[in-house]
Amino acid sequence: MKPKLELLDRTLLDRILREAFTLIMEPGVKVGDPEAARVLLSAGARVEDGVAHIPESLARRALESAPREFFLYDRAGHKAVHYGGDDVHFDPGSSCLNMLDADTLCPRLAQTADLVALIQVTEMLPHYAAQSTALVCSDVPSEIGDFYRLFLVLWHSSKPIVTGAFSGPTLQAMIDLLIADSGNSAALKEKPRAVFDVCPSPPLNWTDFAAYNLVTLARAGVPAELISMPLAGATGPVTLAGSVVQHAAESISGLTIHQLAEPGAPIVWGGAPAIFDMSSGSAPMGAIETVMLDLACAQVGKYFGLPTHAYLVASDSKLVDAQAAMESSMSAVLGALAGINMISGAGMLDSLACHSLEKLVIDAEAIASAQRLARGIEARTETLALGMFSQTGLHGDFLKLKETRALFRCEQHFPSTIIDRSSRGENDDEALHDTFSRARQRVRELRSSYSPAALSAETRSRLLGIAVRETSLVGLAGLPGIEQAAPFPGI
Amino acid sequence: MNEPILQAMRQSIIDGAPETALALAQTALTNGLDLLDAIHHGFVPGMHQVGEQFAQHTMFLPDMMASAEAMRAAMQVLEPALKKQGAERPVAGTVVLGTTQGDIHEIGKTLVGTLLTAHGFKVYDLGVDVPSDKFATTALEVGADIVGVSALLTTTMRGQRNVIAAIERQGLRPRVKIVVGGAPVTRRWAEEIGADGYGKDAAAAVTLMKSLMRTRELLPADARAD
Repeated sequence: MKPKLELLDRTLLDRILREAFTLIMEPGVKVGDPEAARVLLSAGARVEDGVAHIPESLARRALESAPREFFLYDRAGHKAVHYGGDDVHFDPGSSCLNMLDADTLCPRLAQTADLVALIQVTEMLPHYAAQSTALVCSDVPSEIGDFYRLFLVLWHSSKPIVTGAFSGPTLQAMIDLLIADSGNSAALKEKPRAVFDVCPSPPLNWTDFAAYNLVTLARAGVPAELISMPLAGATGPVTLAGSVVQHAAESISGLTIHQLAEPGAPIVWGGAPAIFDMSSGSAPMGAIETVMLDLACAQVGKYFGLPTHAYLVASDSKLVDAQAAMESSMSAVLGALAGINMISGAGMLDSLACHSLEKLVIDAEAIASAQRLARGIEARTETLALGMFSQTGLHGDFLKLKETRALFRCEQHFPSTIIDRSSRGENDDEALHDTFSRARQRVRELRSSYSPAALSAETRSRLLGIAVRETSLVGLAGLPGIEQAAPFPGI
Repeated sequence: MNEPILQAMRQSIIDGAPETALALAQTALTNGLDLLDAIHHGFVPGMHQVGEQFAQHTMFLPDMMASAEAMRAAMQVLEPALKKQGAERPVAGTVVLGTTQGDIHEIGKTLVGTLLTAHGFKVYDLGVDVPSDKFATTALEVGADIVGVSALLTTTMRGQRNVIAAIERQGLRPRVKIVVGGAPVTRRWAEEIGADGYGKDAAAAVTLMKSLMRTRELLPADARAD
């Protein structure tokens, strides 16, 4: 059996849903975008003063029309991420402003070179099924910050992408990029490469841009990922159960807008809820209650049979230290046990304010262990032990058995050099390297072994054309991050 | 000997395929091929490659054991045939192995023995819970080049010092080299008790013993004389 973790019993789950369906009717949900309001109105919702009152029956019809699963594809057209069932994938955290400088251990504003490095490291780690548009690059005008980071990921990576737009005009430009990457809009619909995070503002507010985002993505056939993020105690009820209700209400109302715009369009029940720290006033992503919120919210999505997402594997620590490892590995394990389809957040520190390449490679090890745990214990042989004992008797020479050689690779996960299991003996006179030092070395190795993504000349040309079009609109000279397309020989 | 069959021999060891290795050894025999050539340019380089891959963490202990088993299968055919021809595979070294008195842990020491055999060493495995004097008397009897002393416990690790003392009492030092290993053993401990080397794992122990044999060959003849 595969282990499975659920935090809500059926009684509590029913109460959460009853209250969520009640909330979307009364007090209702703010909907800023006129087109979103129009589709709600024409489907039978009451819309007054920018507030939509959505009947449960309408929301349930929308929940029925949403697909139960879909795939994201890599550049070669292979299925690479399965949104559905209990399959679990991880991607780095996204939209971060700062990068931890591994030399000074201080954060600094992220630049395109940092994003390229992060893409390269992620590309080389199989633990990450998808890339994310991880950094907001300070050397790119903010008007196209979202667009340009997607351009860089498409340029340097072949993996699927978890991304998101910051404004209406750039959303369309980003969809143009994806169409250029796929060849045409039909190909993009058939084999989507990216999913877009779309965030309501808590509580219960689908802003003009967020609602527009939902409608546009649905009609383009580009998967959307609902990222409701109540802060329990500040922008949401202080109780975990109460914030799960708010998350459900925001997600159901967003999904209703999306499905009314285009029934059957791919959508993910995601989120980034957190508790509100009553001492610091922060949103602690490493807090166990934040993890509990994420797991409970995902469980509600799973109850509806929808693909799921959560924001985990991030830490509140400012350094890549024991706190970072503890918080991140704990949530990686719990998220994997909950069967959440896409878990974003790896690499992130300081309550999502800072990214670290070193943390990203360390988190990959925690993810590998979590994935191993999620596979569970299987009966791989006809008898569990008797057959092997019949060969060894009491001598106990299991290392020589054919079964050992045939099965040890699927039974055991083999960590990278990040994890030190060697005996002290060989180096007892030498200073040992700690995890961070080993992570720095691994980052260097991964980057030096990175090969540029296999982009056809036509795709390059199409992507460049759109990039030049958009950058020239904001007066950006050149295309930062593109001259670094080749491996870094000096690293 | 033609390269394809040598390559197949190497591969049979890398694959850890005893049946294939045995069949290739028999083919060499049937076709009248140079058996030493088969060993030195066919099977042994396969074992070297396995050692390299183990160091690079692309092969693991069960792979190594399977390769050693394939080597054993091939040598079971080749060694008697060589003897009949009046030839012999040169022995890489003679090693006496055992676990210290009071310690019944076997696996590490046995693994070293298996790999040493696969690399052409003649191994006398005394087993576990071996009195110190037994190491010394056996080393004398068999003309050992190296004595390997294993211990898994910090308490029995001290027995390694006793083995060195016993071998010194027999007057076998410095001709007989002493190698220590086991989970609690460190390089510093090896130096402290006057051992000639320490292997952090079975593969490292084999590399160390090969290196000690090379060093030993450089010793003056009187120091090497039995």
